[in-house]
Parts: sequence; structure tokens; C-alpha cells
Amino acid sequence: MMPGNMVTSEFQVMVDQEKCRKCKRCVLNCGFGTLEFKDRVIPDSSKCVACHRCVVFCPEEAITVTRNPLAFSEHASWAVDRRKDVWKQAESSGMLLTGMGNDLPWLNVFDHLLIDACQVTNPSIDPLREPMELRTFLGRKPDRVEVEPGDGGYRLNTTVGNNIKLDVPMMFSGMSYGSVSLNVHKALALAAEKLGTVMNTGEGGLHEELYPLADHIIVQCASGRFGVHSEYLNKGVAVEIKVGQGAKPGIGGHLPGEKIGREVSSTRMIPIGTDALSPAPHHDIYSIEDLRQLIYAIKEATGYKPVSVKIATVHNVAAIASGIARAGADIIYLDGFRGGTGASPAVIRDHVGIPLEIALAVVDQQLRSEGIRNWVSIIAAGGIRSSADVAKAIALGADAVGIGTAALIAMGCRLCQKCYTGNCSWGIATQKPELTGRLDPDWGAERLVNLINAWALELKEVLGALGVNAIESLRGNRERLRSLGLDEMTTEILDVKPAGR
Amino acid sequence: MAFGDQYAKWRVDTEKVPGACGLSGVMSRDGKRFGGDVIIESMRVLHDRGNGLGGGFAGYGIYPDYRDHYAMHIMFEDAAGRALCEELLEASLEIDVGEELPTRAHPGIIDAPDLRRYFVKPRREVVAAEAIEPDDFMVKLVMKINKTVPGTFVFSSGRNMGVFKAVGFAEDVGEFFKLPEYDGYIWTGHGRFPTNTPGWWGGAHPFNILDWTVVHNGEISSYGINKRYLEMFGYECTLLTDTEVMAYLFDLLVRKHKLPLELACRVIAAPFWKDIDYEGKTERHDLDEALRITYASALVNGPFAVVIGFSRGMVGLNDRIKLRPLVAAYKDDLLYVSSEESAIRQVCPRPDRVWAPNAGQPVIGELRGDV
Repeated sequence: MMPGNMVTSEFQVMVDQEKCRKCKRCVLNCGFGTLEFKDRVIPDSSKCVACHRCVVFCPEEAITVTRNPLAFSEHASWAVDRRKDVWKQAESSGMLLTGMGNDLPWLNVFDHLLIDACQVTNPSIDPLREPMELRTFLGRKPDRVEVEPGDGGYRLNTTVGNNIKLDVPMMFSGMSYGSVSLNVHKALALAAEKLGTVMNTGEGGLHEELYPLADHIIVQCASGRFGVHSEYLNKGVAVEIKVGQGAKPGIGGHLPGEKIGREVSSTRMIPIGTDALSPAPHHDIYSIEDLRQLIYAIKEATGYKPVSVKIATVHNVAAIASGIARAGADIIYLDGFRGGTGASPAVIRDHVGIPLEIALAVVDQQLRSEGIRNWVSIIAAGGIRSSADVAKAIALGADAVGIGTAALIAMGCRLCQKCYTGNCSWGIATQKPELTGRLDPDWGAERLVNLINAWALELKEVLGALGVNAIESLRGNRERLRSLGLDEMTTEILDVKPAGR
Repeated sequence: MAFGDQYAKWRVDTEKVPGACGLSGVMSRDGKRFGGDVIIESMRVLHDRGNGLGGGFAGYGIYPDYRDHYAMHIMFEDAAGRALCEELLEASLEIDVGEELPTRAHPGIIDAPDLRRYFVKPRREVVAAEAIEPDDFMVKLVMKINKTVPGTFVFSSGRNMGVFKAVGFAEDVGEFFKLPEYDGYIWTGHGRFPTNTPGWWGGAHPFNILDWTVVHNGEISSYGINKRYLEMFGYECTLLTDTEVMAYLFDLLVRKHKLPLELACRVIAAPFWKDIDYEGKTERHDLDEALRITYASALVNGPFAVVIGFSRGMVGLNDRIKLRPLVAAYKDDLLYVSSEESAIRQVCPRPDRVWAPNAGQPVIGELRGDV
């Protein structure tokens, strides 16, 4: 007999039957059907994704999840995961799907950058006792300010134009309603309002329930044009044209029909149960001049709100960004190759694109060398894990950062990378009502606010140590970064000095 | 060690030169000229704020006979650099005078490079061919010399003014250059306390571009972004010292962007958002907000006290939380600014008014008439 499935379980679930009081809470909580109750809790380890929902909710701490200790014959080139991938594809003949961001151990440039601090020759500043400013404006800035004499002073003679004011240089990245639940959107929008920042709708439109919070929402217009209508475009503080996404540069998206229920259907403006297919390119953008037309069409439609263009960081990102700036964008959103997704072919997620840190450095420098850096703001996203990453990204040249994965983790996500299954036990990446109800938007918002406030505090501490009291003095200030353990060429491309210099 | 090597080493060793310093400035708002001994005596009191690794002065109104010429003070470490530099000068400038900068032997000043001054005007046809203003032409030329000619450094290149600087204590430097023999209506002085570099004559203050001079006490923590911002406008920070950006920022904001001095200071030591918010919906608020949004990268952060000199005046300015000392005084038409009150009282025992300017609040002295 030939075996049906050669892929062995990744995890092992063990229930301590002594401790278990048979409350069945674990069975109800598992979104993946791993646990079954037949006079006692019986786990099917092959279904476990290590999302820990059962572990967290077991009142008796009776459940443990461990890595399957099954030994494989060692082979340096053939890591076990590679072997499993071959088995899966030999069986299914399909693309390997995955969720969240690139999980391969590529060099993480952030982890090779160190931040400066003051000693003796200039004083550090105590953020608990001195003002420390994080306010950030996103959008095009004028080349210069002109004034004329006014009553007892000077009168402004320059129009600054539409800018988005953020109280912290952090925003929530685009995650579509459809890929995540409406409660996730609500939590993000509520948190953005409390924090004085913005969330981004992603490509799935904006549910009407969120219209009252639209002053804290950037609405996205992606290749599928889901949920895009005049009112939608005018609701948000800015419109983002999503050209690419860090987790899947160059390819489109596919939200399966089973996730398109009544609410998603009406928000996306597609029939219930139909697959939502986003084409790989925008079919009205085959070149830069087409992008310019769309940018200005949106500006005309919205009374010249800022327009952001989101791209994945690919090899030629600096020249592309320059073209986007010259096409009239006000914001360029760089999504690095660690950026997350609800679903992507693993081959694309893990092997296409370049690290955010490097892309950010070359884009900022390119725009400066062309003298047009003030035309656009740069958002850096895709791989921001902590306030240290925020500080480093800003020092490399970002105006602000986008936070996606970290926001989901704050609300319970365990990074199981199974978003595409729709089974998310935490109620995040799912549309199943029995699962989405698990995430209370107010609870989620509170955790998001806590996280961003904590990072803001840490950011202020970093600024104080650097002896500056405004975020703009760190922005693009690569002089305050040093590299450690990077090759010479990468250090040069980042335009930082090695530690010791 | 040849100068070229020394400069190269200086460039490698340093990015910015942190350090504490002493500075003073005196100005006659009526444009009356007075001898350089006043600023030397003021700086003598600040001796302990320097460590003998750099001192310098700027004088305005010192070349009335050549008021329409650009006065270039240049140091050469060797003959080759001088030959190359003079070739560059002759190619584009009418050189009406080229002579040694007068000095006297001084025990406190050793290893002097070749120091010369040239009174020049850009050739009309050269300026016309490049279709730029003479001022911009001079900026480009000075940056080119400083960047490309080995062992050569332009101390100053403004009209009817000059910078005198050396390795040594400020008062010794002033005597070495025979400053009491010059008369000017503005004098600024500086004694340096660099903490990590060998002294280099070009690295002493004041720093100059056109008629802007800067003497600076402090460390510009935002240097990296200020420098990159200036590069967008064609300024190249060749000296790798943070003070240089201050001179270029004033040149950009006042000369090129035509901002009033007061507003240029409001860019460089910007008010806090909480204070701007407090202004409510007023013209003042909109102006302050526009300045901060537009010129975010020109905010100079970190401790500083500077005295900026230019042909029409003098500005004393502190960073936005006053992390370096600065005192100012008036006596009749004279305006004094200094790191210490003692250095003012040394040359003006009974001023009409003495005060410590608030953080980020400029003290601006402007000429009342022509000079």
C-alpha cells in the first residue's frame, strides 16, 4: 500500500489527562480541529499549527505543544522543511501557500546597526523632564517658505499643502477587510484615533461602520479596485495606490470565495461567495506615465488629498521611487521583503525582493541626490519588530514606519503563518463568525495603544540618549548609526560607518 | 608630516569635532570701526575655555579700500598646492592684489603654513558663461578649492571682511595676525577645546562662506541630517566639522531663501510644538508650523551657542533648550555677546544692560545705516 500523506506532524500536542477537568474549552477554541472530545480530549497533532489558543485558554494548564522530536537523518543542504515541501508538492502538484512574512534566516540588517549616544561633550536629554517631540507630517513639503511683512511680524506666503499629521512616527499597515476580520479593522482604527496616527484599509475597502473614524484612515486602491468608490476615496485622510506588497512583489492576490460573506461582499462590492482576484499589475498602470494619470485622477477626485504609492522593495527600487516621486505621489510606502501577507506563494514570499533597510537607504539617498526628497514622505514597513527598528529605520531616512505583523501579534497572533486557511483561532485572519467574535475591538485597540505608546516611550529615550529632542533630528541622520558585522559594500550602500569609525 | 597627509588624517580621524569652546562677539550698530585689540582682550579672559588647539577671529569692515572685492584668505601647506590653487584663481578671477597675510613671530604660534590674501573679482565672462550670480560662483570656487586642492584651505572669501585663525590660544592667534592694526565694526572670536583631534589650522573657528562667519561652542547632534539636507542644495560639507553646517544653513535660509534673520533663527532653533500649538489659529501659528514642516531637516539639535557674523550684523543664538552659555550686553551702540559675562565686562566694565538670552531666542544686532 502506498502512503497517502508522507508529511509528518510539525508539532505534538499532549494533554495531561490527570490535570484535565474535561471542560472542553480547548476543543471549542481550536480553529484547526486538532482537538476532539471522546470521553476525554484527544489531540490530532497533524493538524496543530502551534497557535497556542488551547494552551492559553486551558484553565488547568494541562496542554503542552512541543516540536515533534521525530529524528530525520541529518543533511545540511536538505533541511527537513525542504524535504517536507517536496513531499507536499509531489502529492498536491500545487504551489506552496503561506502567510505572514518571510521566515527564512536572511541577514537582518537592523540587527547589524547600532545607535549612538552622548557622553561628556554633549549632554543627553532626559525625556521625563524635557520635551521630546515625535510629531511627524506626511506628504509633500514645499521647497522653501516665502514670507512678507505683516502686522508686527511676518505673514506666510507659501501654501504647505495637505499633510497628514501624526503624533507618533508609526502607523498601521494595510491589511484588508477580508484577509482580516472586521473586528481587527475596528481595533486598528480605534487605536489609530487614540494614538493620533492612521491605519490603512488594505485593498478590501472600508466598512461603513468605520466611516466615523475615517480621519484616521488611509484608504487603499489596489489592482482589484475592491470597495473603491467616490465616497470611499473621499472618506480617508489620504489614498494609497498599492502597486506591490513586500510579501508578494509582482503578483496579485486571491481571497477565496468562502471568505466573501455578506459584509465583505458589500464592502468589496463583489457578489457573495465569489473569489476576489487582484490582478498582478494594475491593468491601467503598465508604466510610470500611467501611474501619474491615476495619481492625478485620484487627486482630482478627492480635492488633492495626499496620494501614497505602495511598492515592494525590489532590486531597482531607488529608480522606481524616483519615478513615483516625479509622477506626483506625496508618500512612498516601501514594503520590505519581510512584510506580511494573508496568503502568498512561499517561493515569492521567501525569495523575491530585497531587505527594507537597504531599499530605504538607497531610496532616501536617490531622492536627495535628485534634490526632491521633500516632494515625498517615505514610509518604511515590512520587518519592523521593535522601537529599535523604528529608530534605525528613521535614522536611515524614513519619515515614519508601518506596523502590520507586530500589530497582529499584539492582538494575539502567534505567527503560525496559516492565515490563508481562514481558521485563525485568535479571530484575526478569518471571516468565520464563531472565530471573529473572539476579538473584542476595544480590547484589541487597548493593546495596540499600549504597544505603540511603549514604543513611543522607548523612542523618546533613544532620542534623549542621542541628545536631540525632535524626531526630525534623527530622521536621515545616519551619522548616528554604526554597522557591526556587515560586509563593506553593504555598509557603504547604507551610507553608515562601521563601528569604531 | 606634509599638510596633505595631516588633512587626510584629520579627515579620517574625525567626523565631527566635539568640544567645548569660548566665544565672543562685539559690534558697533552705528558701524563705527574699532581695533581688533578689543576682541583679543575679551577672548583672553576665556583662555581656560580653549585648550590651545585652535583660535580665530573674524573682522568686518577691515578692508574699506577693497570693499567691492572678495577678500580671500587662503592657507597653503606647500608650494604645489599654492601653484594649483593660484592657477584656479587666475582662470576665473581678476586678482587685483595677491600678497602675504601680515603676521608677526609669536612664541605661542608655531608651524605656520603659507598664509596669503587675494582681493579678487570673478571675471565677468566667466560668471556670464555659467549664468550664475557672482556670490554663487564664489561659493562653488571655494568649495572646489577646499575639496580638490591638496594642502590648501580657504579661511574666508567675503567682501570687506576676513577670517584669521590658527592652532594656538585665541589671544595668541590675534597677536600673531596683528589684529590690533585692523579696524572693523564687527569682531567675533573663538577659542577651541577639541577633544579628539590634532590641531589643524583650517579646523579652527570661525568658519566662513561668503560674508557669513560662525563661531560655535557645542556639538551639533543633528549634524548628519543637516549635512544631507544642505547637500540637496549643492553645499558640500568638506570639513567634516559640524560648525560648517551652521554657516551654510544661514547662507541657504537668508541669502538663497530670503528668510528674515529672525525666522532663519526660528528654523535653526525651532520653537517646540507645544508652544506653536499654544499660538492657536493665528498667522504666527501658521508661519511657525510651515517653517517647522518645511525646514525639519534644518533644525539644529544638540547643545550650541553660536555667534554669526555677516556684513550687516551679528547674531547670537542658543539651542532650543540652552545647553551652552551665552550672555549679551548693550552699551550705547555697541552689542556684546559672549560665553561669559566676564569676557564682556573685561572690555566694557559698565554695560547699559546685561542679560542671558532665553533658549532659542536670537540676539540680533543689525547696522542702522551704511558703513
